[in-house]
Amino acid sequence: MEDILIPKNTSDALALNRPIVEDTEYTTLNLGPTHPATHGIFQNILKMDGEKIVSGEQTIGYIHRAFEKIAERRPFYQITTLTDRMNYCSSPINNMGWHMTVEKLLGVKVPKRAEYIRVIMMELARISDHIICNSILGVDTGAYSGFLYVFQEREKIYEIYEEICGARLTTNMGRIGGMERDLSPTAIAKIKDLIYNSLPKAWAEFEKLFNRNRIFVDRIVNVGTITGERALEYGFTGPNLRAAGVDYDVRVMEPYSSYQDFEFEIPIGHNGDTYDRFMVRNQEIWESIKIIRQALENLPEGPFYANENHYYLPPKHDVYKNMEALIYHFKIVMGEIDAPAGEIYHAVEGGNGELGFYLVSDGGRAPYRLHFRRPSFIYYQAYPEMCKGVSISDAIVILSSLNVIAGELDA
Amino acid sequence: MTNQQIAEDIIANFGENAHSFEEPWGLLTLTINRQHIISLLEYLKQHETFRFNFLTDLTGIHLPDNQGAEFGVIYHLHSLENNVRIRIKVFLSQDDVHIPTATTVWPTANWMERETYDFFGILFDAHPNLIRILNIEEMDYFPLRKEYALEDATREDKIDALFGR
Repeated sequence: MEDILIPKNTSDALALNRPIVEDTEYTTLNLGPTHPATHGIFQNILKMDGEKIVSGEQTIGYIHRAFEKIAERRPFYQITTLTDRMNYCSSPINNMGWHMTVEKLLGVKVPKRAEYIRVIMMELARISDHIICNSILGVDTGAYSGFLYVFQEREKIYEIYEEICGARLTTNMGRIGGMERDLSPTAIAKIKDLIYNSLPKAWAEFEKLFNRNRIFVDRIVNVGTITGERALEYGFTGPNLRAAGVDYDVRVMEPYSSYQDFEFEIPIGHNGDTYDRFMVRNQEIWESIKIIRQALENLPEGPFYANENHYYLPPKHDVYKNMEALIYHFKIVMGEIDAPAGEIYHAVEGGNGELGFYLVSDGGRAPYRLHFRRPSFIYYQAYPEMCKGVSISDAIVILSSLNVIAGELDA
Repeated sequence: MTNQQIAEDIIANFGENAHSFEEPWGLLTLTINRQHIISLLEYLKQHETFRFNFLTDLTGIHLPDNQGAEFGVIYHLHSLENNVRIRIKVFLSQDDVHIPTATTVWPTANWMERETYDFFGILFDAHPNLIRILNIEEMDYFPLRKEYALEDATREDKIDALFGR
């Protein structure tokens, strides 16, 4: 009886939900699937030698929702709602990335104003993503107050989302061909208040609290170091790669949505440790603020959507009075419009790195094949290597600084 | 460094094994035979000027009507120094879905290949740990293959002419 309940390998351990027992001095520790420090549902089975981690095995897929399969039956505009459930900390970036992919396939030229509004929303999303990552890193090292303090600012960003699209978390923001509505005066006032007043103040104070805090710095310097070369081999992108000293940013390398119009810097670390990742994200928030200021000050006049009848819903009052508008409205909503055939790869700089959309269209109303290149999924496999030989409390900090988002991990 | 130069270089070194060169939306796309895929990936990674040192993406595709080449494996490489991307495809017959693993070239291919195996059943030979990654271990089919329809086939209200592909 006893023997049956003592698992000898990982799959038995998973089935019985018990740690592996081996004839060594190692112990096995389950970090997750539901552990507050994982910030999502995924499991790490760690083999421990006392306090030190010897090796780890990861199990993911707990919130896999088969987005790639579902997308094969949906009209293009309905796939937007799938994308914002991937990295739910910065959903507008995913939404815009998807719209831009489809626009590239259709050959739609989006007006400047729409592109600038998109840039503003994407940078707000990046700020909120980095706010979560960095303040939770504080929580995981035992500093709760910074997190509470800056979450007020994240709340303000979510209020701006509400003003733009009506939703907070799963935004479904924008449309294929532009934005669903223009920036309202309230939205502009809220964005201005955020980026000129409250956020710079709050973030400066947050940095004062953390950047040179002896206790905090001692916990994260030289923890979870990865070299630039190794990071590239592991497919790192985004802040985690830049912390390792590689200046790869999709916004600069392949500018989309008018990013070439803005002046901003790409912060780079050089050790690739947790401290560098923290500092790179901090600095990126300041750069994002800079971009939003430029976009708001130079916001071009003009339409906020492209003249793309087959994909952009006509205004509602036209639908009631105008025959053609009614036809297009019906065709779009019923998904009766065939997209051109083609094969596209489009990448945007997501909160965690290069978010890619590989779209194969065979000329039908839905994609023939759609694959999401999800940055978290790709770099999370380096985690066991990064926490080899460190203590469990450092492993938590490394996981937190990598900013693995379960929704993006599993898609 | 243009797509033309890259294509000519690949043709000079791999001859007829590399074929079907295309440039959809400016992205150089080519198809290579299965036995040469790893040497091509290594060649592009080590190349002095091209330096395709980053594996952006690896995924699969199922084309049931494509007789003798039902499955495709698609690699997206990126040369970060030159900022050029390239797409490489390998097609496999459904009777023989084996392809050598790219984990020897990039460790990041590990999970990408596991994902491709998980959803398409493509077998990456010599992969260190080829098990399912997102789906449950007990699953006995490969869900992204086209024979598995998304909707319940017994439903009559959702006919393909109106709602399907």
